[in-house]
Amino acid sequence: MNTMTAPAADFRTARYRLGELHEFEAADQPYVYLVGAGAIFALDDGARAVLEELREGEMAHGEIVSALVAHGYANGDAEELIRELLFVRGIVSDRIAPALDPQPTAPPADFPLQALVLNITNQCNLACTYCYEFGADKIATPQGKPKFMTLETAKSSIDFLLTQSGSRETVHVTFFGGETLMNFKLLREVVLYANEAAAAQHRAITYSLTTNATLLSDPIIEFLADNDVGVTVSIDGPADLQDHRRIYRSGKGSYEVIEPRLKKLIARHRTRAITARVTLSEGVTDVLRIYRHLKDELGFHEVGFAPVTNSGDQDYAINGDGMSKVLADFHALADEWLEYALENRMHGFSNVSETIAELMQGVNKSHPCGAGLGLLGVSPSGDLSPCHRFTDADTHTLGNIESGIDAAKREDFLSRGHVSAKYECQSCWARPLCAGGCHHEAFVRYGDTGHANLHYCDWIREWTDTCLRVYGAVAAQNPGFLERFATRKANA
Amino acid sequence: MKHLKPINRKAQRIDDLASPAPETMMDASSDPLGEDDIVALQQKTQQPHVPMGCTLAFSPGWEVDAGGGTAGLCQPVERDIYDCYVSCFWPVQVPDHINYSPDWASNCASAAKDWRNLDLVFP
Repeated sequence: MNTMTAPAADFRTARYRLGELHEFEAADQPYVYLVGAGAIFALDDGARAVLEELREGEMAHGEIVSALVAHGYANGDAEELIRELLFVRGIVSDRIAPALDPQPTAPPADFPLQALVLNITNQCNLACTYCYEFGADKIATPQGKPKFMTLETAKSSIDFLLTQSGSRETVHVTFFGGETLMNFKLLREVVLYANEAAAAQHRAITYSLTTNATLLSDPIIEFLADNDVGVTVSIDGPADLQDHRRIYRSGKGSYEVIEPRLKKLIARHRTRAITARVTLSEGVTDVLRIYRHLKDELGFHEVGFAPVTNSGDQDYAINGDGMSKVLADFHALADEWLEYALENRMHGFSNVSETIAELMQGVNKSHPCGAGLGLLGVSPSGDLSPCHRFTDADTHTLGNIESGIDAAKREDFLSRGHVSAKYECQSCWARPLCAGGCHHEAFVRYGDTGHANLHYCDWIREWTDTCLRVYGAVAAQNPGFLERFATRKANA
Repeated sequence: MKHLKPINRKAQRIDDLASPAPETMMDASSDPLGEDDIVALQQKTQQPHVPMGCTLAFSPGWEVDAGGGTAGLCQPVERDIYDCYVSCFWPVQVPDHINYSPDWASNCASAAKDWRNLDLVFP
């Protein structure tokens, strides 16, 4: 019945074409980024010549060998070069059918949790106009639910994290809001409780929090420093930019309140990096000026930027001109990052550092982030969600801290978000890093967490290419520097 | 490898596979890059064109594997619908791209995801 015959073994009759790859050049050295693996290789002249020839179209084995021999290659060497390119799938042969992409499947049921984001309150003392939790594009439905997390719920959450995290030696808790520090009393008790609970199991818990910095006080700063709590501050830049949208309900800006508090925090807190997280929006696109202010004048260790999340027609969304300005400044800072790297100095621009760390590992993501996988959000009521951005949203509840994870809902969320389920991503070379982008952004924009974030594809590709070139330049000129990023994404 | 130099961790792992340390080289030593290796059904043979996913056995009929079941089809079943639609001349119960229903699948870029958009055809 089966009429299959033995395969024709002689690959020398094969025809080749380019595999799925992205070529780039840095410091006069050609490189190739291989999409299937997330691997980066430096090419020699021959390898580059083969890829160049194949850019014109398919070629037979003999044609490539002849072309290489004409370039001065020995016959055997040409054969070896083809074998190497085939092996890494930089080129593909018509004799070998491509393996099918893995289709989305349910994650392992016992996938261990790594981190919980505790939304210890959904209340906020600011009224930032672009807020995803309270603004025009909000998805949260907090009506009738608790506004502040109780100690009981918080303790249950810690127990839940320790139970669900399997054999991980270290787990992480992020405190979030609303404005996190409006419930600092709880935060302090949770840290004390969690330290004891973890120590009893000979494990460790690390902490971080995100805050708008308005409520930082000396005792709070002492506590955060003494307990190694990492601090991320949501801040948009110097006074005129910060006060544009990060305002109190009265309309008053918040810069004046936070500046002295930030200076104290940064002076006192030395145990963990203090990072700034900037939301770029219409009129707040001067990345260079913001970076200089936050890094040089206020002293943040790292500064990261992201365009505001929006459904597409909000007045605070960045328009085309604004985005061009953002990109130009991003490139200027990336150049500066490279200069620092070549002098063995760490630069504080997180957007490059994060990508470099991922490129170094060669990450190849099934999902854009760990939401619903190694990370879950907990609302003040104890409801579980994929991450803090879905807190209190009835549409995305994944169970409750008391009753556990709703396996069916989590599976639905993760199957939608799997990169293989996103049709448009299948032909994109940047998908190993992007995997379609933020689930929450996608839901706000397209009404489906599993939709690729098509509105920023070009931007992601351009940015990934920029970071690849930075990576290539450092690899060629100061490779030892890259080792500093070895552990930053080791578990990614 | 001689012509490709790994510069990240993933590339290093691929390079390690291609150039195994001497003590781990066994039968593979004559074929370090694995070009003669046959993996699953990846090797294509020189044969007349058979639409992908189409069964090679015409009995007992439509859509069975060599054992008469559906578990061992070499392509997911969704693939058939395109191969029949686009390239197959055989008259089956699938709209015909060549003659009668050129736009039938225009709203269905990915069968696995958009199959609900495939509609009935009324000739």
